[in-house]
Amino acid sequence: MTNLKMVSTSAFFLLTSTVQPVVFATVAFYMYRTGDRAGTLLYAALGAGMMGVWSTTLFGSGGMIQWQRWQGTLELGVGSPPGMALIYLPFSLANAFTGMYALAATLVWGRLVFGVPLDFVHPWLFALALPATVISLGLMGLVLASTFILYRYANAMANLLEYPVWIASGLVFSTSLLPGWTRPISWILPPYWGVLALRHAALGGGVWVPLAMVVVLGIGSVAIATFTFRIFEHLARDRATLSLT
Amino acid sequence: MRRWLSTFFIGGLIAYRGLFNWIRPAMYIPTMLGSPLFQLIFFTKLGQFAHAESRDFYIVGNSVQVCAMSSVYGMTMAVANERWFGTLGPLLASPANRAAVFLGRGVPVLANGLLVSAFTFGAGVLLLGFRPGAGSIPALAVIVLATVTSCTCFGMLLGSIGLRAKDFFFAANLAYFLMLLFCGVNVPLASLPGWMSAVGRCLPLTHGIAAAREVAAGRSLGSVAGLVWTELGVAVAYAVAAYLLFRILERESRRTAVLDAY
Repeated sequence: MTNLKMVSTSAFFLLTSTVQPVVFATVAFYMYRTGDRAGTLLYAALGAGMMGVWSTTLFGSGGMIQWQRWQGTLELGVGSPPGMALIYLPFSLANAFTGMYALAATLVWGRLVFGVPLDFVHPWLFALALPATVISLGLMGLVLASTFILYRYANAMANLLEYPVWIASGLVFSTSLLPGWTRPISWILPPYWGVLALRHAALGGGVWVPLAMVVVLGIGSVAIATFTFRIFEHLARDRATLSLT
Repeated sequence: MRRWLSTFFIGGLIAYRGLFNWIRPAMYIPTMLGSPLFQLIFFTKLGQFAHAESRDFYIVGNSVQVCAMSSVYGMTMAVANERWFGTLGPLLASPANRAAVFLGRGVPVLANGLLVSAFTFGAGVLLLGFRPGAGSIPALAVIVLATVTSCTCFGMLLGSIGLRAKDFFFAANLAYFLMLLFCGVNVPLASLPGWMSAVGRCLPLTHGIAAAREVAAGRSLGSVAGLVWTELGVAVAYAVAAYLLFRILERESRRTAVLDAY
């Protein structure tokens, strides 16, 4: 909760979670309008919102480790009795929930400025899919955070990973435009299934299969993060790189 | 004059090495090469999905625009980070010519912007099938140089604000994202509302991107000279505004004793 309050008042996080998604949503709206896809503006709004959720999770995951490293508090976390995955789980979830601003911002912006109709086919399933997707992304952020314990240039890696996940998850365009070899990458990404679940709940289509995949990948992320935190923390201590900036 | 040039070139280079000493390949490659590469792919695929414009429209627009990553962020940091590192006081206490100190910092940033843009054009050729005529490459280089110059001058303005503003990165980030929307990078100016295209015409990038698209489509540099000169005019306007703001904020910071304060 403290982390949620902290990131909610950070100008950078507000930029990432509200301004950036609105700008990207506006670009996507105009691009769809210029083409012959004006009828799919809700598709663009949902995708741009999910882009914001991912950006917030990504920069939050990298940022929380890097910030603690800069402040000299990372060692205190490592030295405390609970496992690191447990310590950083609430941080990751708080970051992801801040990302929900993004989805709210793009939907409200789309409705007010572009007249995007917010008539969801399955509103209750949408209400179920949204927190499930956000939590799953937060858990994926936990896996990323564990790698940032070992990798000192977490911010650079965060910069690199923003667009590839937007692309591979098909957030604002279909993954069928991508080469076939990228398909398995899409399948292991929670945002891919999350945006499918949200899109089907809003526009029509099967929600339960993508929703189940979101849950499965979320649980898988926790399992992987528990393991990788232990390994990477040990390696960082062994190499004496934990606090190196 | 010799001292002015020495401060401009050598001072600019030393300042760059000092302020950006944290740059390593592990930092530079993901941020300055990886991110523009994926931005290019993202918008080209989005355009393909939206059936909006031709593939080359997005490749040229984004390959030119990514220079702003170096120019806007780099130049903002090249000025504002003096305050962050606590070296602003000694710098301003020196008798060095302010214009030479200020403008010299733009040279390494400008070179970096050119490299990033050239890399992204190359990625467009290798990965996305962009095929400009061989004769158009020198003209494209001239246009990109003019555009990087105007973006660097714009970055100087933001950097000057960073002499006093607390969260100057917010302004740099905001400016970078808004340039994606207002400068005709992915949406033609004609498709934007009038006020947005009017704002876009006052920003760097807009005329440079328009000129680059014309040249990539086969027109000569001479036929787009008006656009290139306009881009350079925008550069001069931002450079003058940035220099004046720098001097005003410097004087005010001295007067109110908030030079290094946050």
